[in-house]
Amino acid sequence: MDLLMPSTGLLFWMTIVFLIALCILGKWGFPSISKMVKERKAFIDDSLRKAHEANEKLANIQKEGESILQEAREKQAAIMKEATETREAIVAKAQEKAKDEGARLINDAKAEIVTEKQQAIREIRAQVAELSVKIAERIVREKLSGDGKQMELIDKLLDEVTVDDKTSK
Amino acid sequence: MKLVKHIVCLLVLMMAWLPTVGAEANESQSINASEIVLEHIKDTYDWHVTEIGDRSIVINLPVIVKSSTGWHVFSTAEFAHEPDAKGYRMGPAQLAIATRGEHAGKVVELQGEKEVLPFDISITKTVAVMFINVVILLLCILLPARWYRRHKASDAAPGGFTGLVEMLVMYVEDNIIKPGVGEEGYEKYSPYLMTCFFFILVCNIMGVIPFPPGSGNVTGNIAITFFLAVCTFIVTQVSGTKHYWKDIFWPEVPLALKAFPIIPVIEFVGIFTKPFALMIRLFANMMAGHAIAVSLICIIFIVAAKAMAVMIGMSVLGIVMAVFMMLLECMVCFIQAMVFTMLSSIFIGLAREK
Repeated sequence: MDLLMPSTGLLFWMTIVFLIALCILGKWGFPSISKMVKERKAFIDDSLRKAHEANEKLANIQKEGESILQEAREKQAAIMKEATETREAIVAKAQEKAKDEGARLINDAKAEIVTEKQQAIREIRAQVAELSVKIAERIVREKLSGDGKQMELIDKLLDEVTVDDKTSK
Repeated sequence: MKLVKHIVCLLVLMMAWLPTVGAEANESQSINASEIVLEHIKDTYDWHVTEIGDRSIVINLPVIVKSSTGWHVFSTAEFAHEPDAKGYRMGPAQLAIATRGEHAGKVVELQGEKEVLPFDISITKTVAVMFINVVILLLCILLPARWYRRHKASDAAPGGFTGLVEMLVMYVEDNIIKPGVGEEGYEKYSPYLMTCFFFILVCNIMGVIPFPPGSGNVTGNIAITFFLAVCTFIVTQVSGTKHYWKDIFWPEVPLALKAFPIIPVIEFVGIFTKPFALMIRLFANMMAGHAIAVSLICIIFIVAAKAMAVMIGMSVLGIVMAVFMMLLECMVCFIQAMVFTMLSSIFIGLAREK
């Protein structure tokens, strides 16, 4: 039966020892462990949240980058298109200008040719007249005595010829 | 593998059967198993470790008593080794350890023919073991706690022993205390409940170790469990809410039951039976565990004098059973600490119900 009777001495020491242990462990033991674990939990939760946010941010940045890239591509395409248009415009313009210039040159040349031709005709006529006179002089010297009458005749003949020329033209 | 198992089982069974073969061969030598078991379970003034040949190895512990002649502090070595004719192991100042009678195993003061129990706060074996256990408990908790004070929350989690203690602490707090006491305000109770848990756990584990500093039967001693149960009782009643007391003395039952107040009586008795159950459960479990383990080992010595075949057969059986019991005890160590803490926190939680 004495197994079931708590002995005073043991009870006395148990009370003292247990209360001391409780005080020490309650002050320096368990609270510091559980507090730290709670803090660590908070820290891990916080870190996870931050990582999540960073991930989201990263995804946003990627999206942004893609959009920037897309924009750049569009801009590039637009610039290319514009450049092509400009090039074509320039080429067309240059072609037109060249055509105009060519036409102008041709016209100029034609005009010059006409003037040159007229001058040449005039010179030829003069020379022809002179030559004809000289030839006629030599031919007619033999037959005609008087210069005056001869020249008159020649002019008259020449005029007739030129008039004929003009009318025939 | 399966075959090996079968063979082992068969051998063990055959060995258990062997005793009947040679049972009549020898007269049994007198080994009083119940005495050995009781000696192991009960508290003693000196710490009897073992015997080598004729010499017994004993750790002498201080006896502190206040008798009618005042305080006496002396070593247990001063008591006579053998009891005298009246069954007293005489010591100084008319003090003696009774080996027979009403106060067997206790220090008594002899006043003429009368035995008087002095006020006795001796450091008995259980007290000494408890001191050792508490020192181990403090080391086990304070050393890891120091790690926590020296580190920041952002540091990597500890490993090794600190990690083990952290795991246990958090297990007890999250899975035993929190659900029992209630989510809010459990922090106030967790130092007490946690100290209970680790005290019981350390004492139980140390009790399984068969040599000093272990081997003591601390949690299998009624004084220890009585103290723990009283603590839980006080904590429970102190944290009792208005609702709790109303439920006990003025429960919401039909009027007929109020006229004949059987429910309040039952409830009132229940206040005391709860911690009483706590006390007996822990005490009986741990004591029985020790008793069975020692009894199984005793089998070897009881049959030692018998025929060879009997001895070998029973020894193997005894060892197999003792190993099994030891393993079971290791589990019981944890389970009993957990059950005590869980029930304590549930009682506190019930008292705090709003």
